[in-house]
Amino acid sequence: MMDLTFTEEQELLRQAAQEFAETRIAPKISEMEETGRVNDEVVRALGEAEMMALTIPEEYGGLGLGYTARLIALEEIGKVSVATAMMLQVLGLGIEPIILAGSEEQKQKYLPGLASGERLATVAVTEATGGSDPGGSRSTYKKDGDDYIINGRKVFITNSHIADTIVALARDEEDDSGRAFSTFIVEAGMEGFKATHREHKVGMRGCNTGELSFENCRVSKDNLLGVEGKGMRVAMAAIGDVGRGGMVGCALGLHAACLEASLKFASERILYGKPISNLQSIQNKLAEMKIDLDAGRLLGYRAAAIQDKGIRSSNEFAVAKYFTTEAAQKAAKVAVDIHGGYGCMEEFAVSRYYRDAAVLGPSAGTSDIMKVIIAGWILKPYRK
Amino acid sequence: MLKIVVCVKAVPDPKEADQIRIDPVSKTLVRVDVPLVLNPLDKNAMEAAVQLKEQFGAHVSVLSMGPPPAANVVKECLALGADQGILLSDRAFAGADAYATAYTLARGIEKIGSYDLILCGRASSDGSTEWVGPELATLLDAPIVTMVKEIIEHGDEWWKLKSGLDNGYRVVRVKLPAVLTVTRELNIPRTLSFSGIVKARRKPIAQWGIDDLDAPEKAVGLKGSPTIVSEMTTQESKREVEMISGTREEMAERLIQKLADAGFLSSN
Ligand SMILES: Cc1cc2nc3c(=O)[nH]c(=O)nc-3n(C[C@H](O)[C@H](O)[C@H](O)COP(=O)(O)OP(=O)(O)OC[C@H]3O[C@@H](n4cnc5c(N)ncnc54)[C@H](O)[C@@H]3O)c2cc1C
Repeated sequence: MMDLTFTEEQELLRQAAQEFAETRIAPKISEMEETGRVNDEVVRALGEAEMMALTIPEEYGGLGLGYTARLIALEEIGKVSVATAMMLQVLGLGIEPIILAGSEEQKQKYLPGLASGERLATVAVTEATGGSDPGGSRSTYKKDGDDYIINGRKVFITNSHIADTIVALARDEEDDSGRAFSTFIVEAGMEGFKATHREHKVGMRGCNTGELSFENCRVSKDNLLGVEGKGMRVAMAAIGDVGRGGMVGCALGLHAACLEASLKFASERILYGKPISNLQSIQNKLAEMKIDLDAGRLLGYRAAAIQDKGIRSSNEFAVAKYFTTEAAQKAAKVAVDIHGGYGCMEEFAVSRYYRDAAVLGPSAGTSDIMKVIIAGWILKPYRK
Repeated sequence: MLKIVVCVKAVPDPKEADQIRIDPVSKTLVRVDVPLVLNPLDKNAMEAAVQLKEQFGAHVSVLSMGPPPAANVVKECLALGADQGILLSDRAFAGADAYATAYTLARGIEKIGSYDLILCGRASSDGSTEWVGPELATLLDAPIVTMVKEIIEHGDEWWKLKSGLDNGYRVVRVKLPAVLTVTRELNIPRTLSFSGIVKARRKPIAQWGIDDLDAPEKAVGLKGSPTIVSEMTTQESKREVEMISGTREEMAERLIQKLADAGFLSSN
């Protein structure tokens, strides 16, 4: 029989994440909103709370708690600050390729620092040529003795200006097929590597997104991650499972926050002499938000449970990512609607949720791309 | 090494206190759907134990009497740093008043073995009697210091403590083994950590029932309870709202006047 309840330990993890978010992150939100910049104390707090250690095996200084635990943490942090959840999700996404494809030396070298928060990670795949079509990206690498020389530019990279351990995808300049991609671990401070433009997003302020430039960036062969020419697989496996899973966590947290704010407001706002929660059409909105939230949670935690069994769950996460990010965007709109004019005012958190919701879609693949993936998955047995 | 026992209680989440009703007939608290959490002041007791463990080394046992779901709270204490957990759980323990609770805890402590220090929260957020600590000390024939707000000195034998009073404090020296009940001022409890939760996996939790304790059935639970709550009422608290209007200066002026009239502003 399938057990859909959380274990006692998972409930404690949720409590820990909730306490952390409320005590360490919530007090920093207004500053993050105002400056739009990453808050150093938030980053430090994430490290101290071992948030980046969740998925790293214990032998490399991690907690080995796995992906359900990660989803729980992201959901709870996302309830308080989607910007912080997003930052954390990509810190975890940057770690994953090293767990999946790193050599023993690379794991020893990078994972303990990444677990403690001394090192901060990201994944750099997207280019101006289109994130939906990573195969079309133009950044190249070329062998030069024992080194590789990377050239190119990455856009929309989360943690671009705070990460010092970057897993970057580039194409083999000398391969004519156009399909030979490799992933490299690039470290901040390496010659020819630079974080350049910072984006100003409508939402998730306090989470950094920007561009990275590689100009004859020289990395040693020790920084090649996995097998040369098989880098696309490494990047896509990480993005498919951990990247999408992370976005599910952000979406669930945001959705839950929208529902909570709406319940509170609807119970307090008096019209016609009664709280508006007495109005049936408001009740319908609240009930629909709850239905979507629960459905999204079931999809998300199902995919995470599969992942925790060591089975790839990119397809299940595609379903969950599509559903939860779309549902969270809808929930944010409804939450703003329930607040009437107050929903447009920055004093009310729902206005932030609305802006944050706008940023949920593209990362780790747009909703269109999720449908492409899901269709590919279910049509596979029918393809001759 | 110091041997510490922390007595903790699972209470209905105080954040959801408005969900708790009093049964007009039985005078007991009706807890519908309110999750059980670690009693807030017990967190201070746990924190004190863990700090002592970090400073001097100590073996910390956490002891709770409650229904099976209270095991969560014991687990939480293990994650916070306790070394072993014991849940006293049995149908026979149900309906206990403060005295029967203290009696059962005392029997549990005897079974644990020797101790140097027993730490309790000053009160539970639901029952709020403040009796369990003192009764426990009496039953164990140990000295008690209540409302501890600071541990000033830890000697080998004598400890110096600051104990709260309504309008001040007293400094007390107490000889171990002793029972202390602690207040919120004692420390800022740490929050749960993931690594603490992982470590708690390897720590034992025992569940002891009436048969495990040296206690006759008539001395525990409702049967062993010499106090009866005969009346319990909720107090209505009201907030009055008064809107002040006028120019900014007028509004500020009037607000100051109101606060002064209500005695919130003193002239010095
Ligand atoms: C906040 C944020 C953080 C990000 N963080 C990172 C990061 O850390 N690392 C990283 O590498 N990337 C990151 N990205 C990039 C993200 O992965 C891309 O934005 C995403 O893949 C979409 O790519 P694009 O923006 O180039 O849009 P395009 O690919 O140009 O898409 C444009 C439109 O075409 C649609 N479309 C494209 N292909 C199809 C198709 N086959 N069928 C139907 N419709 C299609 C899309 O759905 C979209 O509506 C981030 C993006 C954002 C917004």
